[in-house]
Amino acid sequence: MKKLLIALLFSFVSTSAFAGGHSPCGVTDGSIKILANEFTTYRIFMDEVKSCAGPSADFSVTHSVDHNKLQVAALSANPAEFSAKLVTNGSITTLMNDNLIRPLDDLVAKYGSALQDNQKIMIDGKIYAIAFMANAQHLWYRESILNDLGIAVPSTYEEVIAAAEKIKASGKMANPYAGAFKSGWNLGQEFVNMYLGHGGDFFKAGTAEVSVNNANGVAALNMLKRLTEVSNPDFLTQDTNAVKEEWESGNVALMHIWNSGAASLLDDEGDQMIKADTRLAPSPSVGGGMKPATTLWWDGFGIATNTSDENAEASFRALLGAATSTEMANANPNATIWLIDGYSPGDTAGPVVDAANRGATPYPSLPYMSLLHGALSTELVEFLQGNESAEKALADVEAAYVAKATEQGFL
Amino acid sequence: MPHRTFFWFFFPSGLAMLMFIGLPIISSFFQSLHIEPEQILMEVEKCDPFGCKTETKVDIEATNKLQEEQPLGRFNGLGTYGDRNHLAFDEIKEAWTNSSSIAEFTDILLNLPFYKALLFTLTFCFAVTPPVVVLGFIVALSVNTITKSLKGPTIFGVILPMIVTPLIGSLVLFWMIDAKGILGSFIQFLFDDPNLSLKSSSQLTWITLIIYGIWHNTPFAFVVFYAALQTVPQDPIEAAIIDGASRYERVRHIVIPHLYPVATFIILICLMDNFRVLEPIIGFAAEGVAQSLSWMIYNDLRSENKMLFGSAGATSMLTIIGVAILLTPVLIRTWREFRTER
Repeated sequence: MKKLLIALLFSFVSTSAFAGGHSPCGVTDGSIKILANEFTTYRIFMDEVKSCAGPSADFSVTHSVDHNKLQVAALSANPAEFSAKLVTNGSITTLMNDNLIRPLDDLVAKYGSALQDNQKIMIDGKIYAIAFMANAQHLWYRESILNDLGIAVPSTYEEVIAAAEKIKASGKMANPYAGAFKSGWNLGQEFVNMYLGHGGDFFKAGTAEVSVNNANGVAALNMLKRLTEVSNPDFLTQDTNAVKEEWESGNVALMHIWNSGAASLLDDEGDQMIKADTRLAPSPSVGGGMKPATTLWWDGFGIATNTSDENAEASFRALLGAATSTEMANANPNATIWLIDGYSPGDTAGPVVDAANRGATPYPSLPYMSLLHGALSTELVEFLQGNESAEKALADVEAAYVAKATEQGFL
Repeated sequence: MPHRTFFWFFFPSGLAMLMFIGLPIISSFFQSLHIEPEQILMEVEKCDPFGCKTETKVDIEATNKLQEEQPLGRFNGLGTYGDRNHLAFDEIKEAWTNSSSIAEFTDILLNLPFYKALLFTLTFCFAVTPPVVVLGFIVALSVNTITKSLKGPTIFGVILPMIVTPLIGSLVLFWMIDAKGILGSFIQFLFDDPNLSLKSSSQLTWITLIIYGIWHNTPFAFVVFYAALQTVPQDPIEAAIIDGASRYERVRHIVIPHLYPVATFIILICLMDNFRVLEPIIGFAAEGVAQSLSWMIYNDLRSENKMLFGSAGATSMLTIIGVAILLTPVLIRTWREFRTER
């Protein structure tokens, strides 16, 4: 937590040059093939990677919202389909489980003199990834709508619901709230946020034994249910990008999505009236808890194990060039919170720093977390549709997890 | 044809079938009997931008060693088939003893992933196939009667739904039935309900998927029926016209009996195709409310963690058994017809 704050506050004080070390950019040998998620900040980052790689480099990038589903299959092949993958604290665990990304210590020693220490993701003493941005989900609101109705900016989910109901009653909007509730990873993530906000723990300490069917789980589900009642009835089909479209169409006054959404919501495209009216607020807490109901994320890159050393070095150099590019960071200060040396945070960084300050937990990077996330993704739908009780849904989640974890050898 | 000639005639295709269909099935079956080796966990220090802490991680070296000793994984027999995500024997037994009524038991049964998926798959199969056969026949009859100059473009238009890739077709429709899409807002206007959304409830999503299935499959039935219509003998039809038979009577008593074997063929293929329904579920983002057996396999192989080969293999085997059961009546019938013709 502290490290992030220190990085943010002091990052613009020092600007170190490429003291010693080799300059990473201008790659001529080896091919660079990157798999990445699809959102605007990553596009900005990839443009920089491409320009760092230089015109003579063999460069390609695949942006896909299904990147997490593709990564294991694509990197397990030998030689791997991709030489590098943009990872987060959520997706790196899966790759680590199967030894699909390689330690980067030698490459960092050769090229990484411009890296800040908090960019190095160290596991068991070795560097496995280089982080370049921090992200979190938090509240967004339309200032004029809240002002017109005399609603204060909500700081708890109970207030979010009260505000949404007031907007609904005023007739301004039919479905004033939006969150990424698409069945699948997004829905699982909403539960993870809400459950952590209630102070829950996913596993019995130190084991892979799941424990979500408890009072915290039920409370988290009931809160999600109430939020979906003030959301678009199609909520089960809306992912983050769809929610952003709803926002830009002016159908929504409150939403809980990623800080990096600023890159496309606050750009010069789309309805400028809505853009001028868009405000960012800290992530609400829930159920009387102190922690905000959100998780902290870092985004970075890892290099495939099953690729040649030549390709690995080429990919590392190009990605590192972007991950240490102060110019890119300062040219797009609001695209996200860059962890890059010399970056001065823009005015959208507040909610993420606030979440870190108030003790939000990073997304759990446990080897079996993705199995639980998968179980949450499919088993909560019936509850949200009103066909099942919260206890039953959570019992289903646990049972589905146990069956999968047993097959995977965790239990 | 002498048996010997037949054997050599059939041999190349038989060999190809064995290699590309038989062996993969056997390999899936073997895989389905195994589960991953035990994962050995260790505690390590992990540092990221949010600080350092001790966390659990898979001990890669130790786990890899286990993996090398047992490349297929641990032998689990039919355990995967019986677990909760497949046939769920224990859960069913428990539900049977604990539930007070048949309705309660059915509720519990249909809440289990495999049976939930089976229910949708069967519903889809049996709701889509009959309309496809009937519609395909009607369209073929109509196209057969229009003037020659218009036939080409009409046939092209009719088979268009089959030409469009299923995933693309369903995505296009997905956006059209959106509350703000052209079809979605028309339906809202029609029923005078501004909150009506085809994506919001399970029932409406199922109906949407079924309508999509009919739309997508009808051209296939049409093509086969249309080809078969060209073989209807003209003599009996002319005789019937002279005898004063109406168009309906001619179709009912001459054309339909002639096309009977073709209809059986279409039903067979349609049932088989629809039992494997997957793309529309992905295209319509309907995973939450409509899961099919193929979707279960897809999900096991594309979830956000290690691929569950054992689980996917078991579901594949169960799907093959399902298809076999489904096709038995039709196959028996075809066999009988074959015998009587001899």
